[in-house]
Amino acid sequence: MSISVAKETGAPQSEAELRDVIRAGGPFVIEGGGTRRIGLAQGEVLSTRALTGVSLYEPGALTLVVKAGTLLSEITALLASENQRLAFEVPDMRGLLGRDGESTIGGVVATNASGPRRVALGACRDFCLGVRYVDGRGQVVKNGGRVMKNVTGLDLVKLMAGSHGTLGVITEVSLKVQPLPETVVTLKVPQCEALDAVGIMSDILGQPFDLTGAAWSDTTVFLRLEGIETALKYRIGRIRARLGRDVAELWGAALSDPIWQALRDVEQFHDRAGDVWQLSVRPSDAAALVEAICPEDVIYDWGGNRLWLLTAEGTDVRAKMHRGHATLVRASDGTKARLGVFHPQSAAIERVSAGLRHKFDPEGKFNRGMMG
Amino acid sequence: MDMPAPNSGIQARKPEIARRLRAVLPPDAVIEAQEELKAYECDALTAYRCPPLLAVLPETTEQVAQIMAICHDIGVPVVPRGAGTSLAGGALPTEDAVILGVARLRDVLEINTDDRYIRVQTGMTNLAVSAAVEDEGFFYAPDPSSQLACAIAGNIAMNSGGAHCLKYGVTTNNLLGVTMVMADGDIVEIGGAEMEAAGLDLLGLICGSEGQLGIVTEATLRILPKPEGARPVLLGFDSNEVAGACVADIIRSGLIPVAIEFMDRPIIRATEEFSGAGYPDCEALLIVEVEGSAQEIDDQLARIVEIAKRHDPVTIRESESAEESARIWLGRKSAFGAMGQRGDYICLDGTIPVGELPSVLTRIAELGAQYGHMVGNVFHAGDGNMHPLILYNANEPGQLESAEQLGAEILKLCVDAGGCLTGEHGVGVEKRELMTHQFAPVDLEAQMDVKDVFDPAWLLNPAKVFPLAVSASRRTAE
Repeated sequence: MSISVAKETGAPQSEAELRDVIRAGGPFVIEGGGTRRIGLAQGEVLSTRALTGVSLYEPGALTLVVKAGTLLSEITALLASENQRLAFEVPDMRGLLGRDGESTIGGVVATNASGPRRVALGACRDFCLGVRYVDGRGQVVKNGGRVMKNVTGLDLVKLMAGSHGTLGVITEVSLKVQPLPETVVTLKVPQCEALDAVGIMSDILGQPFDLTGAAWSDTTVFLRLEGIETALKYRIGRIRARLGRDVAELWGAALSDPIWQALRDVEQFHDRAGDVWQLSVRPSDAAALVEAICPEDVIYDWGGNRLWLLTAEGTDVRAKMHRGHATLVRASDGTKARLGVFHPQSAAIERVSAGLRHKFDPEGKFNRGMMG
Repeated sequence: MDMPAPNSGIQARKPEIARRLRAVLPPDAVIEAQEELKAYECDALTAYRCPPLLAVLPETTEQVAQIMAICHDIGVPVVPRGAGTSLAGGALPTEDAVILGVARLRDVLEINTDDRYIRVQTGMTNLAVSAAVEDEGFFYAPDPSSQLACAIAGNIAMNSGGAHCLKYGVTTNNLLGVTMVMADGDIVEIGGAEMEAAGLDLLGLICGSEGQLGIVTEATLRILPKPEGARPVLLGFDSNEVAGACVADIIRSGLIPVAIEFMDRPIIRATEEFSGAGYPDCEALLIVEVEGSAQEIDDQLARIVEIAKRHDPVTIRESESAEESARIWLGRKSAFGAMGQRGDYICLDGTIPVGELPSVLTRIAELGAQYGHMVGNVFHAGDGNMHPLILYNANEPGQLESAEQLGAEILKLCVDAGGCLTGEHGVGVEKRELMTHQFAPVDLEAQMDVKDVFDPAWLLNPAKVFPLAVSASRRTAE
């Protein structure tokens, strides 16, 4: 990525130091591990990677409070030691974007990074309970907390999640975590065309079988179930009866996890030329839209709510869309600048968004121009 | 509880305001007569009452937009009102405010079971939304206990939860899109029927904003397939500590019950006398409910019972029929009624980290004794959302005040234990002045900055959420 970097300001060692750096300088490009930034921005790199450490982990309350620069890999290992995990299945974007580095939890939250399990359990933002951040005036602000139900005041936690570092520099997040299921099984339904695949996914998602994954790639529908083995067996019986067609069962994490990891990380597009788009659409719109766009390859995730498209360089996917939205995840800076990384919004929404950015960051110090 | 003095200049212009509103609304949609306005003088926090200047009952988003444009033009405060079931005074009027009720916005606009959403006008009740998709085998998950009466508009304003949010989340986790009328009358669409909205998460911001940011007139809600069945087990313990430890073990086990409800001894005794649900006389009761197929329910309940047995329960009553399930829930569902029979009560809803349950319950009992009020605790234990019920006698001078003081102490205790002032009822006027206990000035400033963007003149739902002194300069700015 050729994000222009004047100089490396380094990584402040504490929230207080970060605050001082922000007060004294800017504009900044905010960085965690540098693995998943997609927007264009100009400025000095301001890294949160030295702000590390677990502030609190209460497995019995499913709560984790952790500093923003803590590595995702460390969090994953810590949770695994207590048979827990982050429910929202964070994508590893390095292969797709051609990045090195180690993902940090701050970057995960700032980009609201969510994988296949989002279809059933929600996005990263749905598991964010609290946040601390430094705003553009160098003030440390907190919002939310560490409890699962909290309607005390305005919810800035959701606002910060997915704000791509345009409102403030996240220094700490509080997350709800999830116990690991007893077992997992992935069903493979082969030889499905797109329309057929969406029909199957919508039908099964519309039944009380608690799917935690529904995706389609390369003519195969993948359906994932997690929980107690006897319950899964019962549900598979019901699913087989509904589908009335050949279904393969892959039991256990060893067989199942690689499938979802590949879908999560969009492995199918790694090392292939072209632009990569991420679409948010209604499943029933998906097949016709994809046909109109005619991409080089496509993956349907979230039951058809999320589409990953590999297109010829410079293709304007949005020109074919009449609803939903599209994010340009991978392209040359020129294409990104021309088409915009994030989907344009109505004038009223842009006005509100600009108003919020101005309040949080009056001098435009953070990721200037990234989201609008 | 103080409210700011009404703006007499606005009050004096009542005839003009009414005339302009009548010009854009159906004849019976503008309510001016004092005796009719009484219906809008309070919500479910009945201790505080104030008749509004006027009330309007629009039938369309466009009418709401015209009302807002007129009020914005004249500078009239607007208090949005769903069904008026707020326990926090979220819809309490001021004398210079127009109540904007969404009660006539009740249409289902679209049902799409393939893409699993429903689009409704926000005056629809929570239960009516589920009823609209029931025949298709779906339901709308958030289920506040007022669901028969409460409106989706209020659910969005307060980010309502319910007993089953342990599995399904609260309103913000189930809201896909809104049509919202801004303070100046602009109509905006945020999100849609897609799973994720573009740009900044304004939907997350609006959800739970207590009518501070705009009037949500239409909502697209996620609907879910109805589970095949559900059954509870009743577990009795001889101490709150042990019951609390059992809750933590159940949560850690990987099982995801749809509900874990907790009742303490004062509540158990009151509900038993009132409803005869057959509860044992013990220190703490848990109702743990699981969902799924019959086999799945059996399996999960067996595991929960196994976990509970490690904690020496005094009672284990596993439901084996719909009738038995109903009996187990009977006491819990009549808890508020049972306490209501013993006197007036204040219902709090502070949330605490689950691990702090025993120590917080002990401290609540001490505080109750100190203030001379009986306090019963019934709450959603899975997520730490407490519901202490403080009994008092409204006819005895000073009782309401001392009950409120005790309530404030309990809420501060929740915050100090690592929790928050309100888990699902909202701040409203009730907890407004306690916000400084949970938030530093800079934290509140950031929230008020957000309101500045949406409502620069601070005309929407005035004197709620933010402490009066903290918001004074913004509210009175010209």
